[in-house]
This record gives sequence, structure tokens and C-alpha cells, in this order.
Amino acid sequence: MMGLFRALLSFALVLTALVLVAPSHGQNLEAYQFDEPAQEALFKELIDELRCPKCQNQSIADSNAELARDLRDRTYFMVKEGATKQEVIDFMVARYGDFVHYQPPLTFVTSILWWGPIAVLAIGGLVILFRVRQQRSTEVELSDDERVQLATLRSEATARDEEKEGKES
Amino acid sequence: MSKGWRWAVLLLPLLAFIVLVGFLLRGLFSDPTELSSALVGKPVPQFSVPDLYQPEQQHTQAILQGQPMLLNVWATWCPTCRAEHAYLNKLAAEGVAIVGLNYKDDSRDKAVNWLNTLGDPYTVNLFDANGSVALEFGVYGAPETFLIDAQGQIRYRHVGDVNERVWRGELGERYRSLMQEFNATAEGTDS
Repeated sequence: MMGLFRALLSFALVLTALVLVAPSHGQNLEAYQFDEPAQEALFKELIDELRCPKCQNQSIADSNAELARDLRDRTYFMVKEGATKQEVIDFMVARYGDFVHYQPPLTFVTSILWWGPIAVLAIGGLVILFRVRQQRSTEVELSDDERVQLATLRSEATARDEEKEGKES
Repeated sequence: MSKGWRWAVLLLPLLAFIVLVGFLLRGLFSDPTELSSALVGKPVPQFSVPDLYQPEQQHTQAILQGQPMLLNVWATWCPTCRAEHAYLNKLAAEGVAIVGLNYKDDSRDKAVNWLNTLGDPYTVNLFDANGSVALEFGVYGAPETFLIDAQGQIRYRHVGDVNERVWRGELGERYRSLMQEFNATAEGTDS
């Protein structure tokens, strides 16, 4: 039992360490030298946020595809020449579409990403509310006859209980 | 609980399920690597790039207008390009104007050698050594084929090889309708 616990703990520690080490750039970025630290920071931010169209689920910082290298180079030159973050993103999106940016813009088509979960929650809430209400409204009123019947049943039951208690004591 | 309401409660989840199945089924048959081009409906980007055969000769975006044509992105390192080459030769023989964009090839000699042995279906051969022109076109692999109209506007992009099935499909359809339009206006100006 202790051994299992220890194994699990070390596994969790390794996982945490992996997460803490990230974001690790899969590619060698030594070649990209900057004079200004601000530009270097912007470059790193951009290549983590731009997605490689060839490899689909990697940023251009991670991918070793030729195309990712070309896009990194282009990003480097644009940043070096003083382009802002938005300018670089607009440049890439104009050529490769929204796909190239990991943060899709809020448009009519993508709005489902924002409102979808809220809509599902709202529908769930409505269903629950509705069912609770329905349960309450099904509590029926007893007619006079039924009330008398209930009263006799109850008195019979108490009489039986008393009888039982009398026998036991 | 009224009867109609009960039916709705029964059928709504079924309906939702069917919609979900339809959505997921579509996903099964769609290719996630086939991205729609951001340039469709836009004029071809500006560029200046040397000719494949004559390094000193430069071509610009001006060559990509005047009649409907294809712009085919290819390279000798691309096996699918070899697969589609025979079909491009066939299209060229049928009179389809195809401009070739050689994309980041290993060497100029290799590309020229390829065209000498396999045939040259291209009306003009562009040599994009560092991929900068392809980047302007949003190319992310080879082969890719762009359909460009007489005004130099990008109308469609096909990713992957061009073959008989593709030419019968959307790419060919669009080319034929552009050609029809082009011929009609050409006749109009002649008379």
C-alpha cells in the first residue's frame, strides 16, 4: 500500500515538474538574436501563439517543419523591423487564415465557442427548474371522502401500535 | 402532462442525437489538413521572382492575369508532385494554362532536370528558392494548385495532387465555368 502511494506521488511530482518546465521551445532558437529584450519577448510570445499550418497541432516554436522555420524567420524579421504584435498576426492571418493563430477571433462562426457552454448550462438549468416545478404541482388535493379514509387508516394504525406496545411491556 | 408535451420530451433528445451524429459523421470524412485559403476572392499578391531556366529574368504578379489559369506549386522533393505531373502534362496539352511555382527545391539543376525528363507543362516557370513567394500565397505544402481568373484574382485553391477525379470535381468545374465566361466576353469584344 505504502509502495503504491509512493509510486503515485513520484509520478505526480514528475508530471508537475514537466508542466513547470514548459513552455519549452522544441526548436533551437539560438539563431534569433535580438538587441532589445522587449523584441525578444515579443518574438517568443508570437511564435508560441502562431500555429504551424503544416503540422496542425504545434506552434511554430515547437515544430521542426520547414514551413514553421520559414514562419519563424518571417516573424523574426518583422519583429526586428519594429512590427507590433498585431501587425505580425494580421500578416500571418491574411495569408494562412484564422487557423494560424491559436486565439481565434470572435466572429459569428466562432461565437459558438464562447456561447456554446453557457447555452448548454442554461438549458440544463431550465430543465432542472422545470422538473422541480412539475413535481410540486403534482401534489394533489384530497377530496373529503379521501380525507376521512386517511383519518381512519391513521387511527387504526396508532391503535395497532399501542396494542403492540402493550403486549411487549 | 399533456400528450403533445410528452411526445416533445421523448423526441427532442432523439432529434438532438441525430443532429450530433450527423455532425460527427461529417467530421469523419473531412480532412483536417485541407485548409481553405485565406486568399480566395483576393487579387494575387505582389512578388518578383526569377525564372527557373533563366536566373537573370524576373517575373512579377503581372503574368498571373489575362486569362483563367492554374498556378501549380511543386518541387522535386515532393513525391505527390511526381504523381500529378503526367496529369498536368495532359491538361497542358488540352490547352489549360498552368504557371509553375517551384517551391524551395534542393537546386535549380534538379528542377530543370525534372522538367527535361518528365516534360514541362508550364507556360511560365517561377523559381522560388527560399519560399517567400509561396508564403505570400499562404502555401503550406506541395503540391497546391490555385485557380486564378483573367483579372488576376484567386478563385480557388486545391491542396494535394491534381488528377482526373479532381479535374472532374470542384477545381475543374470552376475552371470550365471561368473559361466559358472568359470566352463569352472575348467574343463580345471581337464582334
